[in-house]
Amino acid sequence: MLDIRHIVKQYSHHRALDDISLHVPKGSIFGLLGPNGAGKTSLIRIINQITAPDSGEIYFDGQLLHPKHIERIGYLPEERGLYKKMKIGEQMLYLAQLKGLSKGDATLRIRKWFEKLQIENWWNKKVEDLSKGMQQKVQFVATVVHEPDLIILDEPFSGFDPVNAQVIQEEILELNRKGATIIYSTHRMESVEQLCDYIALINKAKKVLDGPVREIKRSYQQQVYVIEFSVQHDGQVPNFSETSLFDVIEEKTAIDNHEVTIRLKNDSTLNNILLFLINQVDIRQIREVVPSMHDIFIDHVTESSTSKFPHYE
Amino acid sequence: MNKIILIINREYVSRVKKKSFLLVTFLVPMLFIGMYAAIFFLTKQSYEDTHAIVHIIDEEGSVSEQLKNNKNITYSLSNTDLQEQIKNLKNGAKNTNLLIIPADFYTARKIELLSSGKPNIGTQNEVRSQLREIIRNEQYRKMGLNVDSIRHIDDNIQIAAKEITETGDAKDSHTEVAMGIAMGLCFLIYLSLVLFGTQVMRGVIEEKANRIVEVVISSVKPFQLMMGKIIGIGMVGITQFILWIFLSLILITILSTALFDNKEVAREAMGRNMTELPGEQATTANADFDWVAALDSVNFTELTICFFVFFLGGYLLYSALFAAVGSAVDSETEAGQFTMPITMPLLIPYVLSFGVLVNDPHGSIATWLSMIPFTSPVAMLVRIPFGVPTWQIVLSAALLVGGFIVTTWFAARIYRVGILMYGKKASLKELLKWFSYKK
Repeated sequence: MLDIRHIVKQYSHHRALDDISLHVPKGSIFGLLGPNGAGKTSLIRIINQITAPDSGEIYFDGQLLHPKHIERIGYLPEERGLYKKMKIGEQMLYLAQLKGLSKGDATLRIRKWFEKLQIENWWNKKVEDLSKGMQQKVQFVATVVHEPDLIILDEPFSGFDPVNAQVIQEEILELNRKGATIIYSTHRMESVEQLCDYIALINKAKKVLDGPVREIKRSYQQQVYVIEFSVQHDGQVPNFSETSLFDVIEEKTAIDNHEVTIRLKNDSTLNNILLFLINQVDIRQIREVVPSMHDIFIDHVTESSTSKFPHYE
Repeated sequence: MNKIILIINREYVSRVKKKSFLLVTFLVPMLFIGMYAAIFFLTKQSYEDTHAIVHIIDEEGSVSEQLKNNKNITYSLSNTDLQEQIKNLKNGAKNTNLLIIPADFYTARKIELLSSGKPNIGTQNEVRSQLREIIRNEQYRKMGLNVDSIRHIDDNIQIAAKEITETGDAKDSHTEVAMGIAMGLCFLIYLSLVLFGTQVMRGVIEEKANRIVEVVISSVKPFQLMMGKIIGIGMVGITQFILWIFLSLILITILSTALFDNKEVAREAMGRNMTELPGEQATTANADFDWVAALDSVNFTELTICFFVFFLGGYLLYSALFAAVGSAVDSETEAGQFTMPITMPLLIPYVLSFGVLVNDPHGSIATWLSMIPFTSPVAMLVRIPFGVPTWQIVLSAALLVGGFIVTTWFAARIYRVGILMYGKKASLKELLKWFSYKK
């Protein structure tokens, strides 16, 4: 959908984007991650043609990015708002028409969206009479009403209560199912794992990591498992230190529950471990220790040796 | 292009629909016309009030017969007792007076004028001037001069001030009228430029403070948003002026037919109002000043066209700068430091207009100020009622167009950076840096 090639953006005293290249696949939900000031907003503004890069180019659906593409993009900025004195309906019409919809078309679609979100009776209300969360809902409608192929959401869930955040998340997923590509910029890592197929991590104007979420997580897997078990009738906890299948990293013992964290070694597999254990203990649970996106994020951003990422060396 | 029309439309409709717009549109002409109506009405009223009845007790004996009734005073010789007269005066009608002329009037030159209310200045002046003439005549007579031949000395002089037009014709010149109109126009254009310029700035700040600006400029170019706003508000201004002119004409027609039965009364009332100076008869020559002719001599069509041209040009020039200022700040209170240097070039001709420009409308200062795009909207309008060669008006207008193209280009470069800068107080240096950003 979007091919970003060697984008550089220089402001007088700092470089906002330093040779950023990304590929956003069609139909994906693409997480654009990074700490504050990393350059996410600068990049998004360039995609929206609000500003222009100093060098590099962007291809939209195979074509060099062009002002005509604006109507196929829906953008929800982090810094967003509405005209306070204007009626909601008129405001929506205005914003939709700016995106190239005809008045009649815009009216129909806005009504449909309002029905869907159960806010039909807001048409004649003024923005200043709505709560922050309600305004966000309206703003979301304004972003997607022209059925864009590419939807760019910068922190879309800020200002929503959990219930409404869920509603909006469902809508985002549905839009995605219907074919829209979504770029989702955020600091909220837990939602990234729920939503995103791909991510790119930007830090200090540079891309530090990108790719499919599953692959990235796999590359961070370290063959570490936590095994919970209880001992069998004879009441003896087996001594794991003699096996060549794995190393024990940590052991915790409660009255009738034992937990051991292990790392596989010598090409052993989880099946080998199971075979080894199954005659000695009652296995209750085995889970793989997978780093969360949060951990990966923190690891890359802090970059120093004070990393909080659990490296089980 | 279609989108800029959408923006203009929103800016225009949202403002015209406001209650405050309607209020200002209808109240301002009412206020002005009301003020003038009040002046006319009061003048007329005072004209009726000043008519005085003067009872005379003439102890000298020969004075009373020389006093003549006129439109302001009716004299009546009274034979009754002084105390009786004073008593009558207390109960008497408004502006009833008692003139007591002592026996030694010609030598002492003192009289008493008793009045039912506060002695009316007009009546006093009238009585004084008549008595002075009586004394003068008496003294001429004593000197053995022929009073009649002296009276025939006429030193009154009329100046026919005419200006030579380009075609070589002589045209009646009414400098006073030109001056009045010049001041009025100068005030009006100065006020409206600042007023509508500030509205543009407020609009920009509002969009920035509401954080809607980034939503909008993801659909349109910042330049389109800026121009849409400027044009939309400009159209609001023009709508307001047209409504003002229209409403004023209607109100004037209604009021002039309602208040004055005929033009004569109006003219007389106005003439009196303008020229009634204490005593001096010579000045009454001015009462003949023909206001209707004077007003007829002003080319209102030219004035109106020039007003709109220079208002538009000046508005486009200044509102672009106001937009740039609005984009650079987060709130109106912050804007002060930038609006000051912007409005300076407007303020200069405005202040000068009260002296230099009006007194010497074709001097070099006035001419230069009316050519420089920043000062020309005000300065040119001050000059136009005095008659400015067409080539100068056209040149000035062309320079103004050039001026607003340059300032708009300049302002747009600051605007597109400024509207995306939040929470950062910009210095003038910073604005110049924004200006050099590529895009």
